[in-house]
Amino acid sequence: MHAHNPYLPELATIQEVIQETHNIRTLRVTLDDAEKMRDFTFRPGQVGQLSVFGVGESTFVINSPPTRKDYLQFSVMRVGEVTQRIHQLNAGDQIGVRAPLGNGFRYEDMKGKDILFIGGGIGMAPLRTLLLYMIDNRSDYGDITVIYGARSPKDLCYLYEFEEWRAGNINLVLTVDAEFPGWNERVGFVPTVLKEEAPSPKNRLALVCGPPIMIKFVLFGLKELDFEDHQILSTLEKRMKCGIGICGRCNMGSKYVCLDGPVFSYSELREMVPEM
Amino acid sequence: MSEIYIAREKLPGIVEQWMGRYRLFGPVFQGQYHEFEQVKQPGAVDLDFVNTKLSPKGLFHPQAEKMFEFTLDKQNPEAGILKEIPRDYSERVILGIRPCDARAFVLDDVNFNTNDIKDPWWVRRRECSTLVGLACNDPCSTCFCTSVGGGPFDTAGLDVLLVDVGDGFVAQAVTPKGEDLLAGIQGDPMPGEAPQKIEDLKKAAEASLGKAFQVESFTQKNMLDLFSDPLWEEVQFSCINCGTCTFVCPTCWCFDIQDEVSEDKGARMRLWDACMFPLFTYHGSGHNPRGQKLQRVRQRFMHKLKYYPDKYGNGVACVGCGRCVKACPVNIDIRQVARLMSDGCVCPA
Repeated sequence: MHAHNPYLPELATIQEVIQETHNIRTLRVTLDDAEKMRDFTFRPGQVGQLSVFGVGESTFVINSPPTRKDYLQFSVMRVGEVTQRIHQLNAGDQIGVRAPLGNGFRYEDMKGKDILFIGGGIGMAPLRTLLLYMIDNRSDYGDITVIYGARSPKDLCYLYEFEEWRAGNINLVLTVDAEFPGWNERVGFVPTVLKEEAPSPKNRLALVCGPPIMIKFVLFGLKELDFEDHQILSTLEKRMKCGIGICGRCNMGSKYVCLDGPVFSYSELREMVPEM
Repeated sequence: MSEIYIAREKLPGIVEQWMGRYRLFGPVFQGQYHEFEQVKQPGAVDLDFVNTKLSPKGLFHPQAEKMFEFTLDKQNPEAGILKEIPRDYSERVILGIRPCDARAFVLDDVNFNTNDIKDPWWVRRRECSTLVGLACNDPCSTCFCTSVGGGPFDTAGLDVLLVDVGDGFVAQAVTPKGEDLLAGIQGDPMPGEAPQKIEDLKKAAEASLGKAFQVESFTQKNMLDLFSDPLWEEVQFSCINCGTCTFVCPTCWCFDIQDEVSEDKGARMRLWDACMFPLFTYHGSGHNPRGQKLQRVRQRFMHKLKYYPDKYGNGVACVGCGRCVKACPVNIDIRQVARLMSDGCVCPA
């Protein structure tokens, strides 16, 4: 008897498509096999491979939380061949899903802590998963602050949810890179806003995701605020193919981002080869 | 474990006998060099060779293969359903594998066949194969198996080891699978001097190899120190990122997955890929974590000589076959790289 083929995607159907920004779309999908959909379990931060048959596969984080299982959500920025084709799909279309892959966040260890989410651009997608999970288990966590930045207000995702986040007792700090007509929230790069907010590192975890350059300066900022390495978690992006630690391309030294990550603490990252 | 003697002139008969019961693969002379392929005529197997130009990894991990097929015809109820391609997993014998190459399969197993994740095609091809190795009486000048934990008479990964003792071969079973294979054939009387001959050939072959470097002198170094050492500047200087080393290497397993479409028929393909190519790690956004040649060259050697040993505790991911040394168009020599990793940069002033 041979095990299930780990390269074989499950068929899924797109239930809803949300146009988040000019180049980001969110897909809500359900696995066609109702039993598999019901039994599907995952951790916030785990990823999946989406297949457009005839075009290929790419990796995206599952960005709905395990506490909301009506569908699996993926936010996709249009950058290349596969994402271009994903953007052409509509509700009712089929797509292949291989998930869950990767390690995800160790949310069990976060209970009782204050949380600081720092997201830039599409980097908010993996953080949203954990954020919603925490909203659904709000009493398990202390203060939750979210610093979320994008180039302009037009580049912010999940606008329609901000009310819900704030209602969940989330301190939401929004920022854009430059002044914009009608924008009443913060203006400035994410690392600068982090400095201004200056959240205390006491009993707090910082969860960071965004473009590599933002991550780099946010790390400097967090160190200035006296966050220790183990208090900082990031989730990384790599070009991936197999998603199961075999094809060999997403390594950073002896770790595979698809298998050992994509979530790493800064103390782990410091021991890995610097190939972000 | 049993041992039989096969007189040289009897070998084609045994090959023919195996061909009746198994699919038989072996080294076949291609006009300029030998390659492993499925043998159609018993006489085509040619054991008078140093080693094949390409490693035999393609027998388990083909250079290009269809993973799945599918139709894109929307009218077809099976549109978009990926179907496994039927593969031939009937028992096969691979004859004439060199000990270094057999050892490479063992090193590659830890990637393709873990407790949690199993590459189904690799695992099943390994299961249906019986490996009959051929000991190296005359290692060549680019061989260095003994420096990386192997040897010219090493049996790791083999089911049977053949030793050419002049007028014939001594076949030694290494595993129960090999035992079964030998049980099916009629041997000749073992010449009395054969055991001593094997001992002498082995000693002579090992003595001809010498020690190219000490593995521990770099595997025990700190990964980040090795990573940032200036030696990579020297190693990468002449490299042209052609990727030839990765294609001939028996332990370079990296691959790409691509969909190919012709009209409304599609196939998901698995294709050898290489860390030497910029596209290997190129993000959709344009960002590339290994955008520079130095980073790519470093990745290849560090993967083999440091990352792999660190990850698996299984020695280095190099078997000393020397193919990359022979094939490199700019004469980069992994033995020299290993020595640089041991001693640090020794750039001429």
